[in-house]
Amino acid sequence: MTVGNIGIIISLVIIFGGLLALLIRSVMAKEVDRRVIFLFIFVAVAAPILFPITFEEKATPVVRAVFDKIESLPADSKVLLSFDFDPAMAPEVQPMANAISRHCLERGHKVVFMSLWATGQALMTQSLDQFILPGFPDIRDGVDYVNIGYKAGNEGVLNVIITDFRKMFPTDVNSIPLDSISLFDNIRSCKDMDLVVSIGGGKPGPKEWVLFIGDPGDVPVAVGTAAVVAPQLYPYYPNQVVGILGGIKGAAEYESELVHNYPRFNEMGTPGLRMMGPQTMAHMVILAFIIIGNIAFFTGRRREKNKV
Amino acid sequence: MRRQIPLFITFFVGTLLIFSVFIPPMETWGEDFTLFFDIIAVFAFFLGGGNLMRVHFNKLTRRKQDWTYSIVTLAGFFFMLVLGLLKIGNPGGIAASVTAEGSWFQTMFNDVLNPLQSTMYALLAFFVASASYRAFRAKNREATILLVAAFIILLGRTPFGMYITAWVPESFSVLQIPNLAIWIMNSPNLAGQRAIIIGIGLGVVSMSMRLILGIERTYLGDDSG
Repeated sequence: MTVGNIGIIISLVIIFGGLLALLIRSVMAKEVDRRVIFLFIFVAVAAPILFPITFEEKATPVVRAVFDKIESLPADSKVLLSFDFDPAMAPEVQPMANAISRHCLERGHKVVFMSLWATGQALMTQSLDQFILPGFPDIRDGVDYVNIGYKAGNEGVLNVIITDFRKMFPTDVNSIPLDSISLFDNIRSCKDMDLVVSIGGGKPGPKEWVLFIGDPGDVPVAVGTAAVVAPQLYPYYPNQVVGILGGIKGAAEYESELVHNYPRFNEMGTPGLRMMGPQTMAHMVILAFIIIGNIAFFTGRRREKNKV
Repeated sequence: MRRQIPLFITFFVGTLLIFSVFIPPMETWGEDFTLFFDIIAVFAFFLGGGNLMRVHFNKLTRRKQDWTYSIVTLAGFFFMLVLGLLKIGNPGGIAASVTAEGSWFQTMFNDVLNPLQSTMYALLAFFVASASYRAFRAKNREATILLVAAFIILLGRTPFGMYITAWVPESFSVLQIPNLAIWIMNSPNLAGQRAIIIGIGLGVVSMSMRLILGIERTYLGDDSG
């Protein structure tokens, strides 16, 4: 038995032992102090980070649709990836951005990276330099991929690039004119893209890509978003968006599909699958507290009735 | 005149943009106006920066409550402004991107802003847990429906949802927790979200018409109509 296994077993015993004690207290109609809840969440999140546990994931149809779309596009297809998020959202959506980028490059698609968020450009650079490009030593900037960076203007940017990229992005992030970049030889606007993938959760984000590019330009749009925003995007699935990756679970499902089909990516890290450990533990603790809260509530109400 | 000119600009630009959507020869006008908007938006950066300095200098000089935090805000603002504008510590010099690997600007972003914002967002987990404990109680019928839906979604977003209901026969697979979670998202949630979206859409159209026709004038700092 490894140190990690021992660590996670001890953590589980502490968490579920503590929850059992709180459950017994709740039968006596005693409420739990919020600081105790914070402590349990801290242990539930910290333990699987210190002693990693991973679960087997299977892609749900809504995630599978994005994977299949990228898989079915012929090589040299043009894919636009927009990093529309900030550091706060990054832990939740950056893993899916990295996984989709790797998948596109592995399939030989031509990828255009951009961002509608000022902070997105730095995160995009970080992703490209640290997580994506090291796995593809043979791909060339300007030929197989291009980073056109960030442009201010929110939906206004989308409104222009649907008819002309060069009006909004005269150069790429390294100040090279788009006209000198071979990848842009046959690209005038977003309508020339075979797929647009927007990763984000705020405004502008996936919804704006659907409204300003997907629908008017008849361009397939796939989205990756924070878990709290995913329910707002379901009305657009499957007619207006190809598929939805919602939160860490969506990233983990995509990574599992990617690793299953391309095992070499397993060595490059699967942060989505790794983060499912802390998320699962936190969800289980929250569920336990919901049960405890309801037991305490009903016991307390019965006691009050008995007093009356 | 102070009110008539902004009202005329709003009417003119609003009407023109509507025509640019429906009349093909006018399509490019919409794009041009978007570019004008971008140019105007640049001035908002100056305005925002100027306002930030004014508020915090004011707080600092008058020693208002928590004035020490203003020192941190202003120091951070000027430090990043100088790093970004003059590209100090940029490996590629003044011509290269500030986000180039190894630049001081990117280092500050990666090692300071990134962990700080992630930490702030991560704190939500603690408050969500505490709020769930207090809010999800079966006090009445509506609260019970909310509680059951939340329970299924929370469980459905973990592998345990599948483990717990793996014994359910394939013919009843809709009763497996992950499938129930998908059903909640695809049916009740979808219906609710569509109703909200349609409502917002109608509201936006109505408000836009009020603005274009000059009925809604609160943006002028005047609610007298």
